[in-house]
Amino acid sequence: MEGIGKYFIFLYSMFVNRERFRTYVRQTVDECVAIGVNSIFLVAIVSVFIGAVASIQIYHTLSSPFASTFLVGYGVREMTILETAPTVMAIVFAGRVGSSIAGQLGSMRISEQIDALEILGINTTSYLVLPKILASIITYPLLVIISAFLAVYSGLIAAKFVVSVAPEDYISGLRHMFDLYSVYFAVYNSVVYALLISSISAYRGFYISGGAVAVGRASTRAVTDSCIAILLADYVMTQLLLNPSI
Amino acid sequence: MITFQNMSKAFADKTVLDGVSGQFEQGRVNLVIGASGTGKSVLIRCIVGLIQPDEGHVVFDGRDFSNAPRSRTVRIRREIGMLFQGGALFDSKNVEENVMFPLDILTDMPQDAKLDRVNFCLQRVGLSNVNKKMPSELSGGMQKRVGVARAIVNNSKYLFCDEPTSGLDARTGLLIDQLIQELTYEYNITTTVVTHDMNSIVSMGDSILFLEQGKKAWEGTSSDIFHADVATLQDFIFASKLMEMAKKQV
Repeated sequence: MEGIGKYFIFLYSMFVNRERFRTYVRQTVDECVAIGVNSIFLVAIVSVFIGAVASIQIYHTLSSPFASTFLVGYGVREMTILETAPTVMAIVFAGRVGSSIAGQLGSMRISEQIDALEILGINTTSYLVLPKILASIITYPLLVIISAFLAVYSGLIAAKFVVSVAPEDYISGLRHMFDLYSVYFAVYNSVVYALLISSISAYRGFYISGGAVAVGRASTRAVTDSCIAILLADYVMTQLLLNPSI
Repeated sequence: MITFQNMSKAFADKTVLDGVSGQFEQGRVNLVIGASGTGKSVLIRCIVGLIQPDEGHVVFDGRDFSNAPRSRTVRIRREIGMLFQGGALFDSKNVEENVMFPLDILTDMPQDAKLDRVNFCLQRVGLSNVNKKMPSELSGGMQKRVGVARAIVNNSKYLFCDEPTSGLDARTGLLIDQLIQELTYEYNITTTVVTHDMNSIVSMGDSILFLEQGKKAWEGTSSDIFHADVATLQDFIFASKLMEMAKKQV
């Protein structure tokens, strides 16, 4: 409980005694490149394979004369937009970005770089952490959209060339009972995940003490805690947004 | 002048500082000396507010720092330059960006003026043609010099140096000591240096505070340190073979 309280105080401290606006703009743009742009390749690779595998697996699961092949496109779309693009990518994002944030802040802490900022009267949580959180919230939803698009498209390629589903059937499945709300759901989720991953990882890195071992431990804890938070948030968000009757 | 009274700090149940009082005077190099683990670094970190002391009171030139609102502590902190043990240079920035950083954050100076000031400070610490180098490309002594340049770039009134010669050979250490001393006199800065390096103590101890197990054990200057009637201080000074041999020669 003490840790959770300290985490919320850490979040609050970012919004008091802030630096000048232009400082954040420059920092946030730099972080958008480091966090978002540099994650595109990994997200693309994972998405392409997830989409292709989902397409093949759904085809084999539905290998019944009564099941229409358009269900392959339908299944890939639902699975990708509702779960894989926002949530599975969040786990990947936590592994790549979360560990990097914790490692970077941890190294800054043990090499006294954070102290050097504090000596200048800078609010270090605000200066160092807020741009990372903002950059994550800006770029992660875009990564999720890219991921969903690539997964659906690679599903189409796999459907056509591996399991011989006609592209027209696949596209018909994609369009079947399409509800734009599921895209909103993915974007809402991705914003929450981005906030959780960046803030938890920053918290883990910011308060380390010790040496290189502590930095490694902080990175590991950042990823572990982020993954647990993502899964919990996934459950809560799904209940709230897709099952509003409760 | 910096005045501090009754500074105390404990980590868990271990008391690191126990009611230390004193003052650091303007235009002088004030040394805080003592063996490792006696609370020297903790004392200056408590004074500048990097560590919250359990008890104690700090005043910077008549301005209360300990009980001041954040706006005032920030104002005072922006008059402080600090040289850290490892240099604490920002490893994602090159030398020029490192030295310019306080100006970027704290001032509205035009870029050309900032660059002029950075070049002046780098020249003042004896560095040239290193503007675009990354900290990892510099030697330990050069990193310390860049750290000094960053500490003075904003015309700091107070300079704190945490073991500035640690990890350096004797000759380079002496050059760093000399540089700190020159800057102190030239700009009339209130300089505080934490050290256990006897070379530093002998060469620049205008005023010395000796700590022993978190308490002030002796206070004086480098000229009377060898005659001090404190056994622990004598043990500290003559702990090395070299100093022991020098003592026998005398």
